[in-house]
Amino acid sequence: MSVDQATVRRIAHLARIAVTEEEVPHLQGELNAILAFVEQLNEVDVSGVEPMTSVTPMAMKKRQDVVSDGGIADEVVANAPQHEGHFFSVPKVVE
Amino acid sequence: MTKSASDLTTLTIAEAHEGLTKKSFSATDLAKSYLAAMEKGRKLNAYVLETPDKALAMAAASDTRIAKGEIGPLEGIPIGVKDLFCTKGTRTTACSNILGNFVPPYESTVTSNLWRDGAVMLGKLNNDEFAMGSSNETSCFPGPINPWRRQGSNVGAGAGGVEGNYLVPGGSSGGSSAAVAAMLCAGATATDTGGSIRQPAALTGTVGIKPTYGRVSRWGIVAFASSLDQAGPIARDVKDAAMLLRSFAGPDAKDTTCVDRPVPDYVAAVGKSVRDMTIGIPKEYRIEGMPPEIQKLWDDGARILKEAGANIVEISLPHTKYALPAYYIVAPAEASSNLARYDGVRYGLREPGKDIVDLYEKTRAKGFGKEVKRRIMIGTYVLSAGYYDAYYVRAQKLRTLIKQDFEQAYASGVDAILTPSTPSAAFGIGEKGSADPVEMYLQDVFTVTVNMAGLPGIAVPAGLDPQGLPLGLQLIGRAFDEETLFSLASVIEKEKGRFPVTERWWG
Repeated sequence: MSVDQATVRRIAHLARIAVTEEEVPHLQGELNAILAFVEQLNEVDVSGVEPMTSVTPMAMKKRQDVVSDGGIADEVVANAPQHEGHFFSVPKVVE
Repeated sequence: MTKSASDLTTLTIAEAHEGLTKKSFSATDLAKSYLAAMEKGRKLNAYVLETPDKALAMAAASDTRIAKGEIGPLEGIPIGVKDLFCTKGTRTTACSNILGNFVPPYESTVTSNLWRDGAVMLGKLNNDEFAMGSSNETSCFPGPINPWRRQGSNVGAGAGGVEGNYLVPGGSSGGSSAAVAAMLCAGATATDTGGSIRQPAALTGTVGIKPTYGRVSRWGIVAFASSLDQAGPIARDVKDAAMLLRSFAGPDAKDTTCVDRPVPDYVAAVGKSVRDMTIGIPKEYRIEGMPPEIQKLWDDGARILKEAGANIVEISLPHTKYALPAYYIVAPAEASSNLARYDGVRYGLREPGKDIVDLYEKTRAKGFGKEVKRRIMIGTYVLSAGYYDAYYVRAQKLRTLIKQDFEQAYASGVDAILTPSTPSAAFGIGEKGSADPVEMYLQDVFTVTVNMAGLPGIAVPAGLDPQGLPLGLQLIGRAFDEETLFSLASVIEKEKGRFPVTERWWG
């Protein structure tokens, strides 16, 4: 399988990465090189094989359902590029 | 012991621990020696941030504890930290512009464990952006330089930096491997998703171990591919790696994939007999076009283990060739999901946009480097509607088959598996992957299977190539049997010796 330029633009949008028109053909070539490389997986008969979900067999650990953290709003917003008080500020989302 | 300040940096962790315990020198003396070496070694670009004030404060605290007889397992040992580990109050970037000046308000579990055991932080080490790369060329900072040089090479220290066709120290933990090899830290933290501890260790004559998935907590480490990522140390010899791993490992309530198993005494496994162990040599690793020096190194490794009393058997891991292509579906898929958090809102870089989507797209276009964008896009594609089963589910099925190959080998009585660490010695900057990204991906052909199966793997230096550059052997173990790897690696080390960089040509 290979991708065309329209698909490259669609993937970039899904990934929320702006791409310029000049970048599209390069990205197309690179993505197709990787897709050609992974094509060989189709040689293998995988019928009846379970997809891996956990590499180390283990029971999921469970924590006590208690409040163990909090009251650190200053720290939470400390690295924000833009904030007002304890709120992150973003362009208007709801019209 | 009357060692001069610069000599202190030549001590292994075990030797430094002994000197500190006997009060031959202080933790402050040791930290100062390293800080001086780091200053002289700046041209190697191993560190992206030096933290001398923190180092001296931690060393002074260590000296106070030593005076009271409270000596931790890594008391006063100066450590470099890969810039993927969050360090409280100290900038952590993953070597990406998108994290910018991110200063974590918390400390990763691994580094907390190191400081708990008395270690001293020297600074943050270079790596490929978000640990995506095999040469450290994708870092947003100037890339680290391998302290090893080819015989007769034109590489030397110029006024403005290193000149000549220098070599890369591997990746993604290239700052860690370069710093350990150049004696700019006593040991370093590193992470490995497809080979990022073992490949840089092999390319710099150092020892690196990727533990079993779940042995070491991932909490506070910038995530790349969560089902594959695992932290481990890079060190100058096998014993130092064992000392470091003992502190890295252990249960952590903050990481649900980190196992509740006691940590064995890895140091006790170093030097232990390997008599009557069975070592598998997987025939599928004998790849086409393998350089003769790699084949020789591998044969040599098998001979050494045989002479130490191990049984050498040929084994088959039939799905080996599919590990790398399956990895390049699974790892980008997980990365595309993990890296969705970099949106210009909560931390890091922000590029203004006309609306929220425009803000996301511009921020991510500006903040991520080329390789990271490529992998996010591949990951987005293979997870997208209509392609999920064909790519992602198929790759996860291949992963099951790859793991079954190893399980069958171990069930047949094999204790560990011996392979080369990398298909070649260190290569020059810009030499690989500029036209086709897959060329660079092939660096991980021998290491990636281990991540796919969640197993432990150690890289130990075992020889030099015709250009005088170090080459490494890899030992792959059963899940949670790192001890056997330390025993086997120490047999190879005993026979082959260590591979220190002899000339500090950089300053």
